[in-house]
Amino acid sequence: MPMSTRASGWPSVAIIERPSSIEPARKPPRYTVWRALLWPRRQGAQRRTARVPWVPIAIIATIVVMAVFAPLLAPHSPIDQTLRDKLLPPAWMGGGSDKYLLGTDAFGRDILSRLIYGARVSLLVALLALTVGGGVGLAVGIVAGYVGGRVDSLLMRLVDAAFTFPAILFALLLAVTMGQGLGTLVIAVSLLLWASFARVIRGEVLSLRQRDFVALARVRGCSAPRIMLTHILPNVLNTFMVLVTLNIGVVVIAEATLSFLGAGIPPPTPTWGLMISEGRGRIADAWWVALIPGLAITLLVLSVNLFGDWLRDRLDPRLRQL
Amino acid sequence: MTPAPSGETILEVRDLHTHFFLRRGVVRAVDGVSFSLRRGEVLGLVGESGCGKSLTALSLMRLLPKGSARTIKGEVLLDGDNILDRTPDEMRAIRGRRISMVLQDPQTSLNPVFTIGEQLREAIVRGYRRARSEVMKLAAAALRRVEIAAPEQRLGQYPHQMSGGMKQRVVGAIAISGAPGVLIADEPTTALDVTIQLQYLKLLKRLQADTGMAILFITHDFGVVGRMCDRVAVMYAGRIVECGPVQQIFEAPQHPYTRALIASVPKMTGPIGRLTTIEGQPPSLMDLPKGCRFASRCPQVEARCLDAYPVTVRVGDQHTVDCWKVAGS
Amino acid sequence: MTAEPLLRVEGVRKHFALTKGILFSRTLGHIKAVDDISFEIRAGETLGLVGESGCGKTTTSRMILNLEEPTEGRILLEGTPIHGLQGAALAAYRAKVQAVFQDPWSSLNPRMTVGRSIAEALIVNRSGDRAQIEARVHELLQQVGLRPDQAQHYPHEFSGGQRQRVALAAALASHPRLIVLDEPVSALDVSIRAQMMNLLKDIQTQHDVAYLLVAHDLATVRHMADHVVVMYLGKVVEQAPTVALFEDVRHPYTRALFSAVLVAWPGRQQEESVLAGEVPSPLAPPSGCRFHTRCPHAMPRCSREEPMLRDVTPGHAVACHLFDGG
Repeated sequence: MPMSTRASGWPSVAIIERPSSIEPARKPPRYTVWRALLWPRRQGAQRRTARVPWVPIAIIATIVVMAVFAPLLAPHSPIDQTLRDKLLPPAWMGGGSDKYLLGTDAFGRDILSRLIYGARVSLLVALLALTVGGGVGLAVGIVAGYVGGRVDSLLMRLVDAAFTFPAILFALLLAVTMGQGLGTLVIAVSLLLWASFARVIRGEVLSLRQRDFVALARVRGCSAPRIMLTHILPNVLNTFMVLVTLNIGVVVIAEATLSFLGAGIPPPTPTWGLMISEGRGRIADAWWVALIPGLAITLLVLSVNLFGDWLRDRLDPRLRQL
Repeated sequence: MTPAPSGETILEVRDLHTHFFLRRGVVRAVDGVSFSLRRGEVLGLVGESGCGKSLTALSLMRLLPKGSARTIKGEVLLDGDNILDRTPDEMRAIRGRRISMVLQDPQTSLNPVFTIGEQLREAIVRGYRRARSEVMKLAAAALRRVEIAAPEQRLGQYPHQMSGGMKQRVVGAIAISGAPGVLIADEPTTALDVTIQLQYLKLLKRLQADTGMAILFITHDFGVVGRMCDRVAVMYAGRIVECGPVQQIFEAPQHPYTRALIASVPKMTGPIGRLTTIEGQPPSLMDLPKGCRFASRCPQVEARCLDAYPVTVRVGDQHTVDCWKVAGS
Repeated sequence: MTAEPLLRVEGVRKHFALTKGILFSRTLGHIKAVDDISFEIRAGETLGLVGESGCGKTTTSRMILNLEEPTEGRILLEGTPIHGLQGAALAAYRAKVQAVFQDPWSSLNPRMTVGRSIAEALIVNRSGDRAQIEARVHELLQQVGLRPDQAQHYPHEFSGGQRQRVALAAALASHPRLIVLDEPVSALDVSIRAQMMNLLKDIQTQHDVAYLLVAHDLATVRHMADHVVVMYLGKVVEQAPTVALFEDVRHPYTRALFSAVLVAWPGRQQEESVLAGEVPSPLAPPSGCRFHTRCPHAMPRCSREEPMLRDVTPGHAVACHLFDGG
């Protein structure tokens, strides 16, 4: 029967994970460039050199550049149709042409250009939804956590309700009633986000509230709004930023899902979700139409998640120390 | 295993070095610590925060935080056996049986989701199959030993249903369940109320007298030292600067640091005036001076104190000091 | 000499109700954290409030700081009741009563510079423009033995002892008449404690500020306090001038506290009083004298009747049937 460290009977020690011994010539784990770049933490504390996740950062930077400089970068217009050139495969395959590097879709539109412009939409929606949804969640979390009592109960019941709501269905409902468009999309995605932000922030605030400097702020004469603004808010900003980075993936996928379902930005504006939707029926013969935007989403979300992990690991330990 | 209190050494630490290897430098937290612990004696390890006393204890138990801390030099002879050479499996057998530890915070020392009985059972059973009733009897006996009333009831309770003092007793029961020869107590009473602290210390003394186990008592509180310890070792910046019988250390401390420390504690009798303070700060453990580490704060510093680390001087029976001034010319 | 004391606590009780349920809450019981205490603090003096966990000293200090309201009784600062104050009167009160808490690591906002933390009271009260506030912050830093240029630094750049000094500077900003010191040195290293205690005494002499020193260490209290109030489970069991208390301990609980203070001198066995058992829960305090369950001198009367606080010598009051004379 394998013995856990607990089985040997001494009290569980807060700071220690596993007993370690003197390591004579310790063989380092298989250290490859891959691991160092993509999984900076798993390497163990000894390998400190490759902590910053450069590959994810590079990917995110590329996508941002794509979005910002779309008109300069895109070789063709994303919406002009050239039916003559429809469903051309990417340039490196047989039948492809150098004119359309990533091929064309069923309407002869250049996939690459649509991809580049699509990045704009994805990032714009992410930015707006995170600002609105995240902002509301932040405010609710701080007020609920600090004020407590009935206000807290009420707000948290609202949060619970938001969680039980079938968000995507609600977004579709909004799209039908308010019409498709950027505004509807942002509102729908914000509704998805705010509740989880509120809950996490409230947790932070609950523990912050116990710290002496909050009581001392009251003793020095600060009113509750002043305390929430000048004392609580700056201390939850780190958590908020980590939440934001970790939720970018959620937002991008949400936007893609809604566009896929036809409740997002109406065509012909290219969005990655819409592109997948359009390529859905042709996966067998023209797989590139759906796969390429799908890959783009995967890469973005993965990179943002890895980056968010790294950011959290960097910001949180220092928070704990303070 | 009931070791009789005798004058022989049960634990000997020789030139122990435990360093933290960080990106920005090496923290020499334990930097050449040597002492010996005899059967049946209580040795106090005193020092302020950051001096390395807790890390010394962890090094002895080989429970260093995984990753950056490593014991790189020295010997720890438990009954003549260098435990620094042992494999992790062997250490697991040693911990709890031959050497055990009690920590400061009773809140985090016990697992909140297991009952007391279950946690004691883990300690008693240690991987061997035993009948449940036998284990429960042994567990109740263990609780009775640490003077917990109605032990059978307590076995079914969870840690949150007990007070701090009682939790600390349970922790003690778990620690001694393997009848270790050496118990390391790392500030076990710091988190307790003073009257509970007194109860606990008396209990420890009683247990120690009954079993003859040796105790390494780590604390920053000189009052506790005076009450519990036979000998005291004073630690500063990773090294032991003075070590001797407790009476001598209190009546005639030799090292300037020890003297200043004792003088800075408010007393219950005597004149009430300004307290003696020690100017300055301890040196950074990453950047230790080559001479005496207390030199920058010492009221009696000389030139040679800055050049080389002082020699160890024997000033009495078992009383040693690391000080140039004491060494004379 | 009966000058009006700076602070007067009169018959204060604080009961916390334990409730269950959100909409229709049921009261399960009351925690009588503080149960009828009275004492006074004179201007420029230090009162030591001593007791172990659960005695109510923290709750008392919170009430004095107007962070909680008493369930019964009142607290008066310079003759004026302090609870129920609003607006300018409350602001004036806050300026006069400040605090330094135990934990140097949680007393300062980690995201604010030390200078900003110190200036908090001044900013809230709008006492002066930016330049004036800055000057005052520099002045305060110097008073606590730190350098003015350290105002721009963040708390994590300071050691524990230095942070406590900053906390003290912040408390002094509004020229308080009373500072509540809640275990101000227990989280500090031994040699730093001495520095802090010397500093506290210096500040008291220089600024004529009174202290309410909440502590569990009798040696610290002896060193700093002029009067001592000993609490147990929400009640005052003994109160006296420090000198008188140390010469002539009466109440069995106080005796036990004295025994428990381990004198830093080996072998000097004082008459020891070791208490049996645990501190009872404040939810269900023992009947009669709350200490009778652990008292080595308990009599049958003690479980029936609560002892009143009576003077045994002028100024020295004890709540114990042993000294009742009846």
